[in-house]
Amino acid sequence: MAASLRGSLHLAGRGIFAWVCAGLLLLAVSALAAELPALTGRVVDNAGLLDSQTEAALTEKLAGFETKSSDQIVVATIQSLDGEVIEPYANRLFRAWGLGHAGEDNGVLLLVALNDRRMRIEVGYGLEGTLTDLHAKLIIENTMVPAFRAGDYARGITGAVDDIVTVLEGNAAELEARARRTAEENAEPIWPVVLFFIVWSTIFFGGFAFAFLPQLLGHRTGRNKYRWLGMDFDYTSRGGSSGSSGWSSGSSSGGFSGGGGSSGGGGASGSW
Amino acid sequence: MPNSLTLAPKTFRILLLLFLTLPFLSACGFNTIPTREEQAKAAWSEVLNQYQRRADLIPNLVETVKGYASHEREVLESVVEARAKATQVQVSPEMLTDPEAFRAFQESQAQLTGALSRLLAVVENYPDLKANQNFLALQAQLEGTENRIAVARRGYIEAVRLYNTSLRTLPSLLWAKFWFTDAQPMQSFTISEENMQLPKVDFGNGG
Repeated sequence: MAASLRGSLHLAGRGIFAWVCAGLLLLAVSALAAELPALTGRVVDNAGLLDSQTEAALTEKLAGFETKSSDQIVVATIQSLDGEVIEPYANRLFRAWGLGHAGEDNGVLLLVALNDRRMRIEVGYGLEGTLTDLHAKLIIENTMVPAFRAGDYARGITGAVDDIVTVLEGNAAELEARARRTAEENAEPIWPVVLFFIVWSTIFFGGFAFAFLPQLLGHRTGRNKYRWLGMDFDYTSRGGSSGSSGWSSGSSSGGFSGGGGSSGGGGASGSW
Repeated sequence: MPNSLTLAPKTFRILLLLFLTLPFLSACGFNTIPTREEQAKAAWSEVLNQYQRRADLIPNLVETVKGYASHEREVLESVVEARAKATQVQVSPEMLTDPEAFRAFQESQAQLTGALSRLLAVVENYPDLKANQNFLALQAQLEGTENRIAVARRGYIEAVRLYNTSLRTLPSLLWAKFWFTDAQPMQSFTISEENMQLPKVDFGNGG
């Protein structure tokens, strides 16, 4: 009896030990996965590779391209991957930021890891057909790598963004179709608004209607009493109360955010 | 007569109770198991899809390499052979609970990965081939596909983790025990023995 009790205690101890091990492992894994930077704009230059002028020009260019095509391109530079491989990191970052519009998945992430000397162009599901792995590879090898080796990060990044835009614009028909689809998706659908207005006006004006219509259309049954549509209305003064209620609707600020797109690992990586 | 009179409201009450409680079953985790099972199966289809894409790229790659490095017959043949084996082993979503089938699939794909990486290592010795545009294109696609496989595998592992957890935790555990009695935990990817060891670096002049 005692032996079996000790055995089960021992077993329980082993179970706890296993759980502690698993917990530690989990901690180790989460420690290994580098912290993701915040999406502060279209250009997240955490490694400080771009001067403010280039950054502003890039941001403007990318914003302009998004209004035209609805494709979201984001440039991110980080100091270090903290031992992680760039491909999973880029995929994690892409999905965390949700680049591209939901359902359309038309985002592109240009990621540069300075200390690891690695770069990656991560392409969302929806753009894999247009900006293929080979395009991404060629942009990295022919535009980015030579400029980066020369130490001119601004030229490499700007050139790569220009190339990406050129490739995405290359298939003009598809680009227009995508922009149109996203615009339709973003356009406020009209009929829920109409329905809301009808319901709201029925309630609102309905009250009004009952306030004076019986007096006009019904027949009088007594002092301040009217009968209309089979209902009796009594307008003896009840001391009206009027309250004003207001609500304010918060509108979203002008900050940049991803549209909920996802990536399945398309694109290419390179090093310099 | 009084009997039937008392019975009728009773059955009615039971029916009413059922009608009222049935919608709440979904909140008790009744839907969890089928939903997660389907998600895991979909994730598996994506894994298969990406492996298939890789298999489709290989014949072109082999032909291109042959044009420059035809005497690397051994490496080329091992790739062709591994591809043939890997495409033979297919695990349908219904077979995901079968550890043997899953292990066979995983091993065949791991062998193909190994053969491919040997081929790409050999290619380093052929500057002409490396400069070939066709080869560059194939290499970029192959790299992209390998990465997509990794992403799809991660997605599958996560989906299976959720599904298997729902089979072993309350409240969905009860549904698994009493209703979905044929629901089995699914197999997930494990890292193979040879991948666990550190890669060997050989500076010897391997002839």
